[in-house]
Amino acid sequence: MSLPREAFHRIRSFFRNDPLDRELNNELASHLEMATEENIRRGMSPDDARREALVRFGGIQQSREQHRDARGLPLLDVLMQDLRFTFRTLKREWGFTLVAVLILALGIGANIAVFSVVNTILLRPLPFRDSERLVRIVEKNPSTGESTKTYTADATQDFQQLNTSFRSVSGYFAFTGPDNLKLIGNGQPLPVTGILVAEGFFQTLGVEARLGRLFRSGEFVKHAPPVALLSYPFWKRQFNGDSHIVGRTIDLSNTSVTVIGVLPDTFDFGSVFSPGAKVDLFVPYIMDDFREDGNDLALVGRLKPGVTLGAAQREADQIFPQLLFEHKHPEFKAGYTGHLTILKDYVSGKLRRSLIVLWCAVGMILLIVCVNLSNLLLSRLAARSKEFGMRSALGAGRGRLMRQLLTESMVLALAGSAFGLGLAYFTLSYLAHQGSIALPLLSMVRIDGNVLASTLLIAVVAAVLFGTAPGLRMSAGNLQDLLKDSGPGLSEGRKHGRLRSALVITEISLACILVVGAGLLLRSFLRVVDVDLGFEPGRAAAITVDYDDGRNVARRAAIWQEIVNRASMIPGVETAGISDNLPMSRNRSWGITAKGQQKAKDSDFLPVFVYIVSPGYLKAMGMRLLEGRDISWHDIVDNRNVVIINETVARRLWPGQSPIGRTALAGGTEAQVIGVVADVRETGAEDKPGAQMYLPPTKQFGPEGANLVVRSKLPPAALAKPVMKTLREINPAQPATEFKPIQSLVDHATSPRRFFVLLVGIFAGLGLLLASLGIYGVISYAVTRQRAEIGIRMALGATASLVQFNVIRNTLRLALAGIFIGFLASLAIAHLIASLLFGTSPTDPPTFGGMVILLGLVALLAGYLPARKASKIDPMIALRSN
Amino acid sequence: MGESKLDLLQGTLDVMVLQTLEVLGPLHGYGIARRIEQVSGNEVLLNQGTIYASLVRLQQRGWIAAQWGISENNRKAKFYSITKSGRKRLAHDTAYWRRLAAVMGRVLAMDDEGGKN
Repeated sequence: MSLPREAFHRIRSFFRNDPLDRELNNELASHLEMATEENIRRGMSPDDARREALVRFGGIQQSREQHRDARGLPLLDVLMQDLRFTFRTLKREWGFTLVAVLILALGIGANIAVFSVVNTILLRPLPFRDSERLVRIVEKNPSTGESTKTYTADATQDFQQLNTSFRSVSGYFAFTGPDNLKLIGNGQPLPVTGILVAEGFFQTLGVEARLGRLFRSGEFVKHAPPVALLSYPFWKRQFNGDSHIVGRTIDLSNTSVTVIGVLPDTFDFGSVFSPGAKVDLFVPYIMDDFREDGNDLALVGRLKPGVTLGAAQREADQIFPQLLFEHKHPEFKAGYTGHLTILKDYVSGKLRRSLIVLWCAVGMILLIVCVNLSNLLLSRLAARSKEFGMRSALGAGRGRLMRQLLTESMVLALAGSAFGLGLAYFTLSYLAHQGSIALPLLSMVRIDGNVLASTLLIAVVAAVLFGTAPGLRMSAGNLQDLLKDSGPGLSEGRKHGRLRSALVITEISLACILVVGAGLLLRSFLRVVDVDLGFEPGRAAAITVDYDDGRNVARRAAIWQEIVNRASMIPGVETAGISDNLPMSRNRSWGITAKGQQKAKDSDFLPVFVYIVSPGYLKAMGMRLLEGRDISWHDIVDNRNVVIINETVARRLWPGQSPIGRTALAGGTEAQVIGVVADVRETGAEDKPGAQMYLPPTKQFGPEGANLVVRSKLPPAALAKPVMKTLREINPAQPATEFKPIQSLVDHATSPRRFFVLLVGIFAGLGLLLASLGIYGVISYAVTRQRAEIGIRMALGATASLVQFNVIRNTLRLALAGIFIGFLASLAIAHLIASLLFGTSPTDPPTFGGMVILLGLVALLAGYLPARKASKIDPMIALRSN
Repeated sequence: MGESKLDLLQGTLDVMVLQTLEVLGPLHGYGIARRIEQVSGNEVLLNQGTIYASLVRLQQRGWIAAQWGISENNRKAKFYSITKSGRKRLAHDTAYWRRLAAVMGRVLAMDDEGGKN
């Protein structure tokens, strides 16, 4: 058989319908003439001969159609017919088309955007080879501090040797602050962020170098020649994607470092391990340099093939408790535990619930959109029932009419999807470049095959959803009903009105749920923003300061004092101070305990956040000194070991007593407590504050870098220049680091919540708008259809206000039914998002009350416009027009 | 068979057309239709118009070829002729119909004892 050949001809014929029809007509004409001639020869009259020829031929039109079916693609022919008709109809009713496509574009666009985010964060595997075999190892029950999510170099090495479950285990140094290095080259020194990674880190992840090579073992030993790997964006930005960069040396913080390679575009360290952070380069973490520095490696391992997570966890439960904190001091009891989580779940686990809520919210938007369109189509169907009646009378089967309706819905849905896709594309490219949103993997959000497939699915589902109601309506009623109902009767068909009302009530209920959800999240967000941070971020700003103290404590003290003094003298600056660490940024903890009679045991030590600060820092941050005094320059110059503790430490170590003047064991040495400050939220606005201490930069507590914090009446942007000028005067090598408002640290920490609130809020607004459109549509349609009835009533003496009242009463009846159902549904659903709320009960009365009032008002407004129109009806005109 | 004419089985018309062309050589649609009517002794229910769907189908499958020409009465008409693959097809179909007819004949001739009468 020649199937491909026939298919080819059929497709070809499909596109050549007109010439083929013409040829067939010629052929048929010649057939009929020959038949007529033959009949005449047999002795018939010309008329009879022609009639006989036609009879023998059968239906000409029938023959034509058979011909078409035999040669072309009959199904597609019908579809094309439907499409042509659809386009004609939609073009004629362009107002309806515009509204429908716009509503669909919003609904579908929102769905695509959210699905892309969900797809990237939850569904798509991490951008590493066999990423489902990658495991993150942290302590069981970790606190908010990174120290409980990291291990010492010795513990890491021991685990690497003892375990049999992992093909490899590696890690990275978890306490790198932003801009920890400076690139010295042409022009001003450039602050860059370099992450220290342990041996085999990239190999464990399965990342290959794009250019050059990865680190080798020889580069992880003490005094090895320094090398660095560049991240792709840094290579592009700083070196213009120079392919000869491999082998060149660069000056990193006064060390000559050889660039050995460039990492691929697809590897974004920040988006996986430290959301919102940009990372410029990677350098080897040389274990021997960190043996005495405590927990600092964040561990990632790759499971051996065939080893399950459970088996690896059982082995880890055996190994971790035996691990030593430090080989040199086997007497230090580390008490390690190890909890294994698939890396993907570790990265996105916390977001799962939020994202699912978001997903449900857009799903509801889509439902509302569909309900709205159903309603629009229904009122259109009512207006078109004559047309359908006519077509039916002319022989169109019910199936054909249904198909026509479905074709229309499909065309609308696909057009909506196309615009929605565009909308989503712009939203996503905006989102992907929002470094300020601390969501993992956000920079990798893009529209991929999955998203396109889901868009198509959404479009089809939507089309079926909103196309079905009118279709059902069509097949339920019979032809006569349709024709009768379409007449300019006195009032709307009962059944018809009931369906439309049910749809509007559904819409309002869905909007209620969205508004309640958004309201609860918004209230939580306001609570978070309102939280007492323990410092005042407004009007304070910080800048990373570079200086060269030659590792001399006295010199450093002098430099710090000069910086603080000169910064305080800048016009507009109220106070200035230095700290090597800022809240909600880097995260480091030591131990503190009260000095007692006996020698302190390990278990006595409280893990405590450490800030090495200059005098004035507390004031510059707007922190509250509750008792005692601030650190003074004398403390530093005289190398006095003093410590300021926060309330939590005071309460834990000296409950019910004043800690001032007591001696603490802090950071491995004795220090006198000189002050108590209010607790600061050190990891985020939502996390309870832990123990904190503030130490002077003396010999024992050497700082790691320095941040100058200034408090001023002026906006940070106005201060950036004079501050930088001053710093350059003190140290010409000061890199052009960013002058960052402290508020931005807080904003960064609250950004995921703000992101969700914003999105859910937008969806709720959209839902509300659509619901009000729905109410307006139904009521105004009812008023139009009841013109005559209203006219009669007015003629019989009903006042304008009574007419208005009636319309508004009808509206409110719908709205109240919707609000009632929505209220109950919200009560049930709100509990599901309880874990996302902060300081807000899922049954928060103001939120629920606000929802009822808001929706009531919106309904009132949506009903008021048609009510006014109704009251303006002139009975004479209304009655005459019938 | 009396008054009622034979309804054409699916596909039988195609075979008739092929056979007609094989025997008579190039012929136009009207000629083919008339020929089939004559040969079947007017026993076949054939709207002449249906022949054209069959012709286009056979043409698309490559079993017949078509060309415009002049008829015996000096009239422009489309002439169809059987192709090489059309002959092959005809041979195949002929064998099939013969076998089917033989089997049907035997089955319908069966008596109560299951043997031939």
